[in-house]
Order: sequence, then structure tokens, then C-alpha cells
Amino acid sequence: MDLDDLYQEVILDHKRNPRNFGPMPDANRNVDGFNPLCGDHIHLHMKLAGDVIEDVRFEGEGCAISTASASLMTEALKGKRVEEAERMFEAVHALLTEEDVDPDLGQLGKLAIFSGVRQFPSRVKCASLAWHTLCAAIQDDGDEVITTE
Amino acid sequence: MNATAETVTKSDAAVFDVERIRADFPILAERAHGQPLAYLDNAATSQKPQAVIDAVNHYYRHQNANVHRGVHLLSERATEVYEGARDRVRDFINARSSREVVFVRGTTEGINLVAHSLGRGFRKGDEVVISHMEHHSNIVPWQQLRDQLGIVLKVAPINQAGELDMEAFEALLGERTKLVSVTHVSNALGTINPVRRIIELAHGRDIPVLLDGAQAVPHAGVDVQALDCEFYVFSGHKMFAPTGIGVLYGKEALLERMPPFQGGGEMIKMVTFDRTVYAELPHKFEAGTPNIAGAAGLGAAVAYLNAVGMDRIAAYEHQLLTYGTEQLQQVPGARIIGTARDKAAVLSVVLDGVHAHDIGTIVDRKGVAVRSGHHCAMPVMQFFKVAATARASLAFYNTRDELDRFCDALRYAREVLV
Repeated sequence: MDLDDLYQEVILDHKRNPRNFGPMPDANRNVDGFNPLCGDHIHLHMKLAGDVIEDVRFEGEGCAISTASASLMTEALKGKRVEEAERMFEAVHALLTEEDVDPDLGQLGKLAIFSGVRQFPSRVKCASLAWHTLCAAIQDDGDEVITTE
Repeated sequence: MNATAETVTKSDAAVFDVERIRADFPILAERAHGQPLAYLDNAATSQKPQAVIDAVNHYYRHQNANVHRGVHLLSERATEVYEGARDRVRDFINARSSREVVFVRGTTEGINLVAHSLGRGFRKGDEVVISHMEHHSNIVPWQQLRDQLGIVLKVAPINQAGELDMEAFEALLGERTKLVSVTHVSNALGTINPVRRIIELAHGRDIPVLLDGAQAVPHAGVDVQALDCEFYVFSGHKMFAPTGIGVLYGKEALLERMPPFQGGGEMIKMVTFDRTVYAELPHKFEAGTPNIAGAAGLGAAVAYLNAVGMDRIAAYEHQLLTYGTEQLQQVPGARIIGTARDKAAVLSVVLDGVHAHDIGTIVDRKGVAVRSGHHCAMPVMQFFKVAATARASLAFYNTRDELDRFCDALRYAREVLV
């Protein structure tokens, strides 16, 4: 267990320069995600066309892990169908929480770098916040607040 | 509390042998990630001296039985331990009588007790005044009362240093104010509130005052008669005693008039299906079998603190605070949140470009334990427009070297993340 396993270069890059960061005036899904443990807050904006995620952006303030996770998630999701996004959520969830499961790293692509987070149990929720928020955005119309608790 | 610190001579503080103190706390010899443990999270909970661990152990090996019931030997021993701890607490905070010392689970339960019991007499439109720097445990119970009864919750503002705005506070006191409930020392900022002045202003309008003393009692002498507050609440586990035991001090005349909080065993004199005659104070407020082992530990913690001396503790911690503040000011990008003139040894920090949660993880790898988050005081974070802070909160077993290591770890966090 080393700090470098957690703060990998890709994660630091996305923390310093988050992709798809900012408002989206023509979004049709807007969901707030909240981690009451640390006060992190993310606003996820999504443009769904049928069952295709045409665009997705985020705003908010969070730690390096939650910012990088949201940034990498938005990159991975663009153009994906809802069903694919849900499968990715499940794979990321397994990667973050399940000790003995070897998730399909091929499907995860760049997201596989979050495997180090599992060694830092207090940080798992940082990495999963954006993904939980995504689930809420897919499942519900309208605005709502979800939490990691 | 500052007065206490000021009256201690320099020589007293100079002879404070912190290495001897540290030897009393076995857990401080632990290592964290291969480094010596620097435990700087005392506002969350404190570590326990051997004397407290021994008292709990001794209780279960030689004294365990239920209290106030059996006539057998062990029950008498258990009762003696439990009531003996109450008497020690009475002396420690200088209460008039042990009847004024109610054992509760902790500060949170103590405040809830007052909210449920005293609060039952509040009417729609009555007001409770708190401050912007309260812990959630001194906000939520009053909000619940607001939602149930329609009382009004008034919040006294703070300034950029994290000090209470006393003019604004005074202006909030009115005809309908039924209680002022404020913290003695802020857990997130370290601010020591001018509680004597607060009580004077409230009493000028016949308003009772509750003080949340969770962060005050472990760090300086508290005298409830000198303060003259109606209620004073604190937790055992923050004052080197076990978790699950705490104290609600209340003036006897007021406690007498208040209805019980919970019903059950221990708190009754006589029960029929028609009616119940409640027990005398303080047992009226202690339904069910209490945390006897916790009380045994609390009694031992009080004895330990008395032996070290609260004045010496306050003086030593003040030195640490001054040193830590100076050192943090040298760390690039670091800013201290909470710069009150009158301050306890709490150093809440934000670091430019590094989120508090990342600080927590990185300094942990250097063996330094601090709390990162909102410290159960989210309105304080909102006021300072920060999501979270990394907080080093000190106790009398901490050292300058540990503060140096915290500062070095902050520098390292900037190297890694910025």
C-alpha cells in the first residue's frame, strides 16, 4: 500500500485539469451528488438523447480522487448508451469494493487506475460519488440530491 | 479560561514533563504506517491513560454488578464505584451537589435531554438562541423541537476570525427567548467564547443558559458555580475517559422542575399500572442500567487530570498552540481557519490546491492523525466558504515535534498534489 497507488499520474492530471468541467445550459438531467462524510459536492449535467448519453459535464468541489473520478467518468461516458453506462458503473463499483473480484479491466479502460483506491477504505466513497450521481441521473427525471450514505 | 492559563507561572509550564505524561498513554507507542504515531485528533476523541484502562478492567474483574439494587457485596461495590465517580465529577466541575450531576452517554445525549425535557415546556413562537459555530449536536435537537412545536431558532453570527458577534448576540435576546445554548469552545475553530458575558447578558433577561463544554472540560479548569450557567454538558471520551459516558450538569432547582427524559428502571420510586412516582435527582434522568464501567473510567480520568493539574495542562497546551500557529504560518499555501484572540489548541487548516480529504490521507501515511472534513459543524464551513478543513486538535500529551511533523506532511502534500 503506497501513496503512489492512490495518487497515480493520470489521477493527478485529471485533478489538476478536470475534463468536461463546467455548466451545461441545455442539459436535460441535472443531479446533485453529496458526500456527507467530507462535504464533497458534485453537480452532474447530462444530455440524454433517447438512450444515448450525448453529453455529460460536472461542476463542484471535491478532493483529488472525487474530482479525477468525475472527470474520467465524463470522458468514458460520452456517446455511450445508458445500458453500457450502467454496466460500467457495476464494473467500477466492483473494482472499488470487492476484494477478490477481478473486474473486466478491458472494459474499464483508463478507469482501471482506480484499483488502488480499494486499499484506502476511507476513500472509496470519494471515487464512487460521481458514479452514484450518474445512476441517479439515469434513473430519474428532474432534479434531486443523492448521497453516498 | 485564559485567566486560568495566565495565572500559571512560567516555571510551572517549564517543568511540564511531556515524556512522562506520554508514558501513561500506552497507545501513543503505536506506530502508524511504519512511523511513530502523532495523534492530533483529540477534539474527535482523546486517548486513555493506563489508569483509566485499569479502572475499567478492575471494575469488570472485581466489582461488576447492577447498581442501586442488590444487597449483595458486588452490587454495593458497583454502586460505590458509580456514585464515587459522580462525586469526583461534582468536585471536578465544582457543582454544589451530586444531585446536579446526571450521567448521560455524552454531550449529544445531554443536549437532547434538555431539549426533550425542558423543551417540552416551550410553546409556539418561543425562541432558542444558538451561535453560528455550534456542533451539529447543538443545532439538530433544537431544529427538531422547532419542527415539533413551532419554536424559533435564532443564530448569533460570527466574524471572520471565528469569534461570536456579541452585539448581534445581545440583540437576539428577547421576551420570547427561553434558552441560550452555545458552545464554550468551538470544536472546528478553537474559539473560546466569552461565556461569562453571555451568561450575564442572558441572566439580565432571566434566560437560562446551556453551555456545550465538550471541548472545554479536557483542556482547562471549569467551575460551574463561578460560571453560574444553568446547564453544562460534556463527554467522557474527549477527557481521556471511555466512550459512552458523559455528564449533564444542571442547577438543582431547574432539574427538579423538569420532567424525565426517558422512562424505565432506575428512574422510579414506585410503579403501579395507574401511576409512577419518579426517583430523586439525579436518578430521575437515568433510566435503565447505566454505563457503570464508563463511570468507573470517568472517575479515574478525573483523578488523573487532577494529579496532572488543569492549570498546567492549559498552560502547556497554550504554548503548543502558539508554536503550532507560528509553524503553520511558514507552510506555503496554508491558511488557518479560526483565528480568535481567545483560542484553545485547535488548528483547522486549508491548503491551497489540496483538498482536506487528500491532506488527511497523505499526512496519515506520515503517521500523523488529523481529522479532515466538516467536523460536524457544516454551517462553520459554509461561513468560511470551504468544503472541509484538516484539523489538528491537541492534548497535553502532544509535542512540538509532532506539530513539526504535521507541517512537514502538509509541505509534502503540496509536493504530491499541486
